Amino acid sequence: MSNTIDTRGLSCPQPVLLMLQAIEKGQNNEFLVLVDTETAKENVIRAATSKGWQASIVESKENESTILLKKE
Amino acid sequence: MKLNFLSTRTGIILVGAIIGVLAPILQKLGNPPNMGICVACFERDMAGALGLHRAAVVQYMRPEIIGFVLGAFLSALLFREFKPRSGSAPIVRFILGIFAMIGALVFLGCPWRALLRLAGGDGNALVGLAGLGVGIWIGTLFFKSGYNLGRSQKTYFSVGLIMPLIMFGFLLLMLLNPFIPGQAKSGVLFYSLKGPGAMHAPLLISLGVGLLIGVLAQKSRFCTMGAFRDLILFKQTHLFSGVVALLIAAFITNVILGQFHPGFVHQPVAHSMSLWNFAGMVLAGLAFALAGGCPGRQLFLAGEGDGDAGVFVLGMIVGAAFAHNFGLASSPKGIGPHGALAVIIGLIVCLFIGFSMRKQA
Repeated sequence: MSNTIDTRGLSCPQPVLLMLQAIEKGQNNEFLVLVDTETAKENVIRAATSKGWQASIVESKENESTILLKKE
Repeated sequence: MKLNFLSTRTGIILVGAIIGVLAPILQKLGNPPNMGICVACFERDMAGALGLHRAAVVQYMRPEIIGFVLGAFLSALLFREFKPRSGSAPIVRFILGIFAMIGALVFLGCPWRALLRLAGGDGNALVGLAGLGVGIWIGTLFFKSGYNLGRSQKTYFSVGLIMPLIMFGFLLLMLLNPFIPGQAKSGVLFYSLKGPGAMHAPLLISLGVGLLIGVLAQKSRFCTMGAFRDLILFKQTHLFSGVVALLIAAFITNVILGQFHPGFVHQPVAHSMSLWNFAGMVLAGLAFALAGGCPGRQLFLAGEGDGDAGVFVLGMIVGAAFAHNFGLASSPKGIGPHGALAVIIGLIVCLFIGFSMRKQA
């Protein structure tokens, strides 16, 4: 899926940077972000909500989470 | 969604304030002036305790650093955030650790100590913090142009244990070779008899404070470099509010304890060669930014299983040995004989890393 941003294994600030670069392109109103640390999860959600996006966890495995970002 | 209170705005401010109060108290209990906690200085002291360098005034196995890693380790285990991972260009992180330490020892402090020096009235810290900001700003330019050290990989549980085990080993060494008053060596460990290395709070208090801060910082993701980076790169003030809280809390605590002495000259464990205070922290800031965390954060990451952060820490300890063996570290008299050259070489190396390790989109 082209709307998926895979940030697994990347250190700060890459997860937030990649997510912001993707949403600022403005082509989609929905993204999935894959994260594999709690820090990346919190940072992505914090940054996305501050830009007016809605964030929810759609899948959470032992070490990974998938965050769904939606623009109103 | 599980709520992590410490990662909220209130949480990060609280953690910054707690560190800001505890550091001057550690100073009151014996740690060096304006150095209640300094990750760079304390790792340098540990390098000295192990005999990696023989600067007699800076040798002490600092329990705070051991506590940071073990506290973060326990916290990560407890909250199921222990994630063994490694393999994101470890050799580059080692080199960044070396030059981060060299830059910090030219200024005489990591970002934590820069804040604590300012909170103690040392005006030179402003110059250092300005340099730190410029170094991190250069780092953000590399991030914007695609700089990336690549992905780490999940790995064996035991890989994540290595750094906590090293720190536990250091603690055992210290307990088995305790300080004997008047003796510069106890078993295999070196102990300073004068200078900053001879100044320390009681072992158990240092260890306890280290453990507490390790837990709090692991859960809150407190990071001084990240504070500046997120402000510059994303206009986000989240981490920065923690740094401001640390500064204000440390200032108030210093005033209460009678440890606030404003001025630029004759500040403790500091020099006033502004150019090199600035340039040293440009180098340190850039190296921290390229490695993804301030020296404290690297310890907490190492505790939660990040082997690459562990390699950065080992790089800093080795960098401290170089800094004192080769005359790179500053002293209250000014910069070392080869400090200026080392900063220039370090900046060239960091620029090489930044320019050459970019993924083209």
